[in-house]
Amino acid sequence: MGIKILQDECVGCTLCVGACPFDAIDMIDSKAVMNDNCTNCGACVDACNFGAIIKEESQMKQMDITQYKDVWVFAEQRDGQLMDVAAELLGEGRRLAEEVGCELSAVLLGEDVRDLTDELFAYGADKVYISEGEHLKQYTTDGYTKVLSKMVEEYKPEIVLFGATHIGRDLAPRVAARVDTGLTADCTKLEIDPEEKGLMQTRPAFGGNIMATIICPKHRPQMATVRPGVMERAEKSGKREDQELIEFKNDVTEEDIRIKILDVVKAGKASVNIVDSEVIVSGGRGLEKPEGFELLQTLADKLGGVVGASRAAVESEWIDHDHQVGQTGKTVRPELYIACGISGSVQHRAGMAESGQIVAVNNDPEAPIFSVADYGIVGDLNDVIPKMIKAYREKV
Amino acid sequence: MKIIVCIKQVPDTNEVKIDPVKGTLIREGVPSILNPDDKAALEEALRVKDQHPDTHITVMTMGPPQAEEVLIEGVAMGADEGILLSDRAFSGADTWATSNTLAKAIEKIGRYDIIFCGRQAIDGDTAQVGPQIGERLGIPQVSYVEKFYLEEGKIRVHRALEDGYEVIEGQSPILLTTIKELNEARYPSIPGIMRAYREDCIKVWTYEDLDIPSTDIGLDGSPTQVKRSFTPEQKGAGEMLEGTTDEKVGSLVQKLQEKNLI
Amino acid sequence: MNFNLSKEHKMIQKTFASFTKNEVEPIAAEVDENERFPSETVEKMKRFGMMGIAVPREYGGAGADELAYALAVEELSKACATTGVILSAHSSLGCWPILKFGTEAQKEKYLKPMASGEKLGAFGLTEPNAGTDAASQQTVAVLEGDHYRINGSKIFITNGGEADTYIIFAMTEPSKGLKGITAFIVESDTPGFTIGKKEKKLGIKGSATTELVFKNMMIPKENLLGKEGKGFKIAMQTLDGGRIGIAAQALGIAEGAMEKTVQYVKEREQFNRPIGKFQGLQFMMADMETQIQAAKLMVYQAAAAKAEGKPYGKLAAMAKLYASETAMEVTTKAVQLHGGYGYTSDYPIERMMRDAKITEIYEGTSEVQKMVVAADILR
Repeated sequence: MGIKILQDECVGCTLCVGACPFDAIDMIDSKAVMNDNCTNCGACVDACNFGAIIKEESQMKQMDITQYKDVWVFAEQRDGQLMDVAAELLGEGRRLAEEVGCELSAVLLGEDVRDLTDELFAYGADKVYISEGEHLKQYTTDGYTKVLSKMVEEYKPEIVLFGATHIGRDLAPRVAARVDTGLTADCTKLEIDPEEKGLMQTRPAFGGNIMATIICPKHRPQMATVRPGVMERAEKSGKREDQELIEFKNDVTEEDIRIKILDVVKAGKASVNIVDSEVIVSGGRGLEKPEGFELLQTLADKLGGVVGASRAAVESEWIDHDHQVGQTGKTVRPELYIACGISGSVQHRAGMAESGQIVAVNNDPEAPIFSVADYGIVGDLNDVIPKMIKAYREKV
Repeated sequence: MKIIVCIKQVPDTNEVKIDPVKGTLIREGVPSILNPDDKAALEEALRVKDQHPDTHITVMTMGPPQAEEVLIEGVAMGADEGILLSDRAFSGADTWATSNTLAKAIEKIGRYDIIFCGRQAIDGDTAQVGPQIGERLGIPQVSYVEKFYLEEGKIRVHRALEDGYEVIEGQSPILLTTIKELNEARYPSIPGIMRAYREDCIKVWTYEDLDIPSTDIGLDGSPTQVKRSFTPEQKGAGEMLEGTTDEKVGSLVQKLQEKNLI
Repeated sequence: MNFNLSKEHKMIQKTFASFTKNEVEPIAAEVDENERFPSETVEKMKRFGMMGIAVPREYGGAGADELAYALAVEELSKACATTGVILSAHSSLGCWPILKFGTEAQKEKYLKPMASGEKLGAFGLTEPNAGTDAASQQTVAVLEGDHYRINGSKIFITNGGEADTYIIFAMTEPSKGLKGITAFIVESDTPGFTIGKKEKKLGIKGSATTELVFKNMMIPKENLLGKEGKGFKIAMQTLDGGRIGIAAQALGIAEGAMEKTVQYVKEREQFNRPIGKFQGLQFMMADMETQIQAAKLMVYQAAAAKAEGKPYGKLAAMAKLYASETAMEVTTKAVQLHGGYGYTSDYPIERMMRDAKITEIYEGTSEVQKMVVAADILR
């Protein structure tokens, strides 16, 4: 089953070896042989000019997928507030629904959450399915899985989207398993295949080193979780035509819920560990004074990140050593590193050169930091950073 | 008390590089490690055993023959035995098929009180296998466990939320997925390593050993498939932004938003 | 001829590499700067059964072999030569003589706690007037009834003041010269035993190097190790194996310096390119790498020979001689390749150079190693 290399047809040209992103093909005695790294992605099938590599048909269980219609969005709510990601998914869901030519629905579970339905309609849902009950007030795996699975089985949506929140990532796999379908996690891009009309779910793997596009051809619904902050929010507009609120009666009882939630604790921001942060706004000698870090902290807060520092700033006692990035500080690899007033000595660069994207702000155009930056701004950081804060606020 | 810990051998994705010419993964020289979230899962089980020495811990993994290494590491850390599920028939599996296979093996073991799984693997990053094993076995689950307490047979955990945590009480049988912040894992001890290699601690189960239909495993048991893989755009040289400060800032913010960084 | 490490050896190596990266490396600079004995690291090593690697299971050890132990010292020394020598002195010089020459009672009482890491070991042979000329012992031990009265002093003792169990050498029959030397097991809290001067050193600053002072110290007969008059032989045989540990330490230092240097020359740019692109420097580094590889094979061969019960004296001497010279040369060049930055304490490389020097001196100077090799070839 899966990808097969037909030894008789193989001429040993090695094109497939080069095409494979997983190093899964070895040449043994001038013939291509598959090893255990194969993920059945099919890149080799496309690469072979001699028809020597085929994708075998699988013996999978069949499901009548034509019965399934509509795009569903799990409208996650906590304490009666709709999560931002729900609005983002409705925005994306609308786009997908248009392409498929079907309707967009939101699914709302909870207790006394009826007033959220207006918001969901405003975000563009054609239908809102609501199921309420005292045992749905707080999220539990057992309660929500039971209700959502039954709803899926009854109404047969074609696509179901969840936010990849701690709740979404707990609920979605359980539901997918219960209704016997496929789930793709942390999608960064969703598209409809123009030919097959299926959902193409693109997501990062191998720590982001590779992107994979996943499909769920023979099972329905096609389920996906999407990271918050990735898709664009839906615009809030007025009511659409034919909006429908559908009540779903659930029969969740206390016995169904096999765990007990004793307490919910909201925590403040934990102490700084810059190594784990995805966004770091870092300051150096160019700040000229310790108060400069307050400015950077404001930007960091806006971006959901933390503040870092160069050795010069730490030694001037403008900030604690915990924040130091570099040879004698910490090595960091955030997705975004913004270096402000940092010249970029080889020591500092050793601590941050592997960051995803590097932005440098410095009034010296010759500063070495620019050699590792993806984006450089030559200017006074006391001018640039406030403008960045303002521009970010406006865009969001 | 009987604990089963599901673990995975993964490439150290921090060390994986992309070949700039071919645009493919360079896996050569990339060390294989025990997945960090799984290590936390095992460490927590070992701490239970530290407190209650008659606890029995089985570590289990599905993978190619070399995945035995992480089972050895687990036994060297203190687990009692390791089970390797290895068969060509299992390969090509997505999370549903993988969890089917692991769940079947757990059923074959029979009795268990707690199943510890790491929240997610650093190569797949899906966080799906744990919950799907739970569903397959029909047992309750709690994910994102960042603290675990076992007091007089009662299980109490802290489940991490984005902005805090929930305190949850449960009882066995139960499946818990752990995050690496849960604890600091011990190293394998040197006597443990010697024991793991000298004594027969690892069993290998193949497709023949599990009573499972071929449509539930491997490629055939996978509702999702990879349509294609590609490497994300590599970084080119940096760009110095032009114009007035306002223009530069505007341009920067726009570019960063396009890349979903802010 | 199999040049591959077994799976067990690889896992032990991997474990020590991980341990070194997470527990040893982060504090290495501070340990050196404060000349502080890293007791917390020793405590951790005890926890993971790392203090009795080559001691058999029945005496509380891990039951691994000399090669595993050499790999351990090598890995530790890549980040911190101090930590490497603490383990080396404890294992080769403290545990091994008791394992080889001790009675069952002595093994039970002293070897087991050392193998488990409960107690730390040390070896006291060197005196102010007895270095390379080790036979010129002036510490005397006189039998009085059930005890030996020991008077004298030792200097430059690694783990001095931190150890619990010391292997001490003293003259029981001054007239017999080197055949009058006897070995004793001495507990740190024995009355009459005090720790004297603690040395301030060029390198391995975190390692405790002290004077031991014996003033009418009474040691029970049961603590005589081996036989009266056999002490010198015990010392020499112990050092024969101990030099494998030091050779591994030197190898680790060289490798650690090389790794940092490779990284640095890729990052540091002058004349618009990484300095690693200049052929002159490339040739230097090729030489360094070749030396390291040669040293590695010699260390592993000596360790494997001892593990397999084959003769290893000459191999160990050659390994120590070559590895220590390699460590000194490689670290010196490494500082050079780091330029001005390498001279500062921002980079670990100057410490590695300072640490390397001692490997050419202790546990038998390079000159002694040459004496050993020559004696073997010309016998």
